[in-house]
Amino acid sequence: MGIDVIIFYFFAAVLVFAAGMVVTVRNPVFAALFLVLAFFTSAAIWMLLEAEFLALTLILVYVGAVMVLFLFVVMMLDINLAVLKEGFARYLPAGIVVALLLIAQLAVIVGPEQFGLDKIASPAMHGTEYSNTKELGRVLYTEYLYPFEIASAILLVAIIAAIALTLRKRRVRDLMPPEKQVAVQRKDRVRLVKMESEKKKA
Amino acid sequence: MKVITDYLKSLILIELFKGMALTGKYLFKKKITVQYPEEKTPLSPRFRGLHALRRYPNGEERCIACKLCEAVCPALAITIESEQRADGSRRTKRYDIDLTKCIFCGFCEESCPVDSIVETHIFEYHGEERGDLYMTKEKLLAIGDKYEKEIAANRAADARYR
Amino acid sequence: MVELLEQSLSWLPGNAVILTVIIVKILVIVLPLMGAVAYLTLAERKVIGYIQVRIGPNRVGPRGLLQPIADAVKLLMKETILPSNANRFLFLLGPVLALAPALAAWAVIPFDEGWVLADVNAGLLYILAMTSMGVYGVIIAGWASNSKYAFLGALRSAAQIVSYEIAMGFAIVGVLLAGGSLNIGEIVTAQQGSFIHWFWLPLLPLFFIYFISGVAETNRAPFDVAEGESEIVAGFHVEYSAMTFSVFFLAEYANMILVAMLAALMFLGGWLSPFEGIPGLETLFSWVPGIVWLLAKCAFFCFLYLWFRATFPRYRYDQIMRLGWKVFIPITIVWLMVVGGLVVAEAGPWFD
Repeated sequence: MGIDVIIFYFFAAVLVFAAGMVVTVRNPVFAALFLVLAFFTSAAIWMLLEAEFLALTLILVYVGAVMVLFLFVVMMLDINLAVLKEGFARYLPAGIVVALLLIAQLAVIVGPEQFGLDKIASPAMHGTEYSNTKELGRVLYTEYLYPFEIASAILLVAIIAAIALTLRKRRVRDLMPPEKQVAVQRKDRVRLVKMESEKKKA
Repeated sequence: MKVITDYLKSLILIELFKGMALTGKYLFKKKITVQYPEEKTPLSPRFRGLHALRRYPNGEERCIACKLCEAVCPALAITIESEQRADGSRRTKRYDIDLTKCIFCGFCEESCPVDSIVETHIFEYHGEERGDLYMTKEKLLAIGDKYEKEIAANRAADARYR
Repeated sequence: MVELLEQSLSWLPGNAVILTVIIVKILVIVLPLMGAVAYLTLAERKVIGYIQVRIGPNRVGPRGLLQPIADAVKLLMKETILPSNANRFLFLLGPVLALAPALAAWAVIPFDEGWVLADVNAGLLYILAMTSMGVYGVIIAGWASNSKYAFLGALRSAAQIVSYEIAMGFAIVGVLLAGGSLNIGEIVTAQQGSFIHWFWLPLLPLFFIYFISGVAETNRAPFDVAEGESEIVAGFHVEYSAMTFSVFFLAEYANMILVAMLAALMFLGGWLSPFEGIPGLETLFSWVPGIVWLLAKCAFFCFLYLWFRATFPRYRYDQIMRLGWKVFIPITIVWLMVVGGLVVAEAGPWFD
């Protein structure tokens, strides 16, 4: 057994464990942190597959930015666990049925009939000179140029929509301009009115 | 137009560079730190440090128990009890200054008609136990005896301004 | 050196030899780094003291040179306090998560031609990924402390780091566009020529933005709102004492040195001599090894950190966000296009 196999099984075990903990652990903060661990270990496995660009991007984008914002939100929530657990038994049968269905579907689709080694050959290992990043860039900007551009346009629209949602009207501030303030004269502000101190009897 | 020049100015960080030039200049200025135990700042003859009770040259203690200092003390740090001595003169039986209360304002020294209670130039003193900073008459007289020369010199130096 | 080590270990099985050599290399990088961190704290106190017309620490050892050791001993001997109701595991994990990425990023830093622990293709990307992990230490520490000050500090710092990472990332994209590689060694060799050939000139705005973002990333003054002592005492590490605190300290300074080192490598030609291409001086200084130039440039940026701290007042939080999102990101995007144009046009002495 080569050292890379040992590394693979180690990371795979950690990944499965972390993924399991994400859904079973009580505290949502811990769940988010286990998700971070899951992302990190899957990045390590990608690294074993010589997909170093994708692995590092996974860490950079998901671990470094997305999960930070997730944690942000989760940490600020004050979640009442008792309310969440209410009706667990009532929904359990339905949940089990859905889960089993999902597993069955996954088994049919991703099973060895479709994705076995005889169907899809394992990718060739390249030397150290081979740059995954360059290859990815070349493919993205030649073969998949249109899908790539369309995807980025959709993302741009989403960004603009999100920003538009948060836009607020500028608060109108009625500040007195200082030059007007200086130019004010007494007669602009005060008006003397002569009044009788008592109303005259009609 | 001003808007544009201001914008450009902030874009090339001109004011930040100015600030850094200023602090950079100070990096090479002569340092003004006084390295305390080896170097000390000069003290004025009026310096108000540790208290002392003085005596006349013939050995008689100056204090006549008039209690002016006790009355003027804003921190109520001074406690005096007086008695008549065998020779008929009024003297203190007890003269205590609680240095933990004292604010070193120097009013006691100002109010003293016989220049008995004075504040010396000593500021490096400490107490190791509770009560060490509660100065009794004996302690104050001992300080006065020990530093009489310096005290007299300081009074003399400051005499023309009094 | 490496061959000698390998020969002396030849009685071990093959993999063990490789492992030992790597561990020795790691130690050769990390131990001097820890020393540099210790003396950077002294340099900070001295430089800020000098700028404030004081002389700084000078009591421990000659001219205060043993001060960092005294500080380290003090921090090691003090008691580690666990706050009540704090999450014990995460509380202790926080400092580790802060320090580990700060040290891991050093794996791909070359110190001279070929002097690098891991000469990987995606070196710059690796560094970006590692520095983005550093924020977890801060967030977890702030949350696990069970303290409002710590939590507020963590939120501030996390938002700030995530925002400035984008500007920093764009600045780095400019560098890899100019250098034509993600490998830091190749980026340095792309700057060969003279100090005019270095990337600071064609990438001047990116250079400034990179370093300012680096200051913000490391939560240093004037962007140190995460520990604004006037508002939230010490931010995310209020509850930390002794060893755990010193680990945060180590991480902060290791990150500072990392940012300084990267700035030197990416914009100031790394280990290339500044006198390259100048007829008389080049031969005069040709005996100086490249690592000396690199360390000198790195020291210059570290000094800038201290200079900034002594000069600028702390930013207001909304101004920090405005600077990051509304000023830096647009400028970097514009300049990326300029750089792209220059590269396509094969302009100047840089891209031909």
